[in-house]
Amino acid sequence: MATEAHGGGGATGYIVHHLTPLSVGEGFWTLHLDTLFFSAVLGGVFLLAFKYVAERATTGVPGPFQNFAEMLVEFVDTQVKDAFHGKSAVIAPLSLSIFVWIWLMNFMDLLPVDLMPLIGSALGLEYLRVVPSTDLNATFGMSIAVFFLIIFYSIKVKGVVGFGKEMLLSPFGKWMIPFNLLLKVVEEVARPVSLALRLFGNMYAGELIFILIALLPWYIQPVLSFPWAVFHILIITLQAFIFMVLTIVYLSLAHEEH
Amino acid sequence: MEIASIANVQGLTAIAVGIILGAGALGTAIGFGILGGKFLEGAARQPELVPLLQVKMFIVAGLLDAVTMIGVGLALFFTFANPFLSALKG
Repeated sequence: MATEAHGGGGATGYIVHHLTPLSVGEGFWTLHLDTLFFSAVLGGVFLLAFKYVAERATTGVPGPFQNFAEMLVEFVDTQVKDAFHGKSAVIAPLSLSIFVWIWLMNFMDLLPVDLMPLIGSALGLEYLRVVPSTDLNATFGMSIAVFFLIIFYSIKVKGVVGFGKEMLLSPFGKWMIPFNLLLKVVEEVARPVSLALRLFGNMYAGELIFILIALLPWYIQPVLSFPWAVFHILIITLQAFIFMVLTIVYLSLAHEEH
Repeated sequence: MEIASIANVQGLTAIAVGIILGAGALGTAIGFGILGGKFLEGAARQPELVPLLQVKMFIVAGLLDAVTMIGVGLALFFTFANPFLSALKG
């Protein structure tokens, strides 16, 4: 998200500074290094943590970490069983990955606003945005991947002919093909767009409110930041859950055969 | 690039941001009110279904929030990185 010059000084400058990503390159090939780094690191944390639990899993009395991992897996499994009406070995691991990865990315929003940028500037980085899900690139990256999965499974289950027929002939019959196509395309494109923007909007607004609270005098801050942080814990879990559930529902619709 | 046109664009942007945020908040508040009311009604009728209904309620709550949050994101974008302003300056 390109901002104007770093000017405005004072409050606006502080806000704009915290909303500017660490980027290299320009135009289409701008890379947000901070988003790439933190999303990769958090993905690695998820993989390593669950690998650790899986290797040490015991059928006897489980330790706390195994307990927690089993709770998560069971939770995701219940959701998939409820909402997914096809046959696929990919859905449940995909849903677990989406849920935990997005949750970890959102969780970075609970770190103090100045903490990571200060560490970053000690390391010579001028800007540092640590919450990857506040970056449109990250959220759209995930939702476009889900979009491709939807199309892939639609074609796999219904065949190219079936997929084409569905695109051209529903909801109205063959005399309204252009209209059908338009409606179907809008519906299909609206899914990844709304997935990405929902997550982005929630997280961006949350981060911005934390930044705005950070501008207040130190004695007023805890009164506002504590309730907002507690509310935000609900929001990060809810948004990760919504992304996961909608992914399951969309993929279930893609697996539907008439 | 005179001060009057910059002030004009900024003023109108501020009003637009206010309308986006206000309308979004209004819609979400009414939606959540209806959603919560229906949930409580259902919970009163069949208390044994409360956990199931609660999960479904959160799913619908997330969907309700979606366009509002898109609006919030857009409004904040206009506040801090106004493209109309940069078009004026650039």
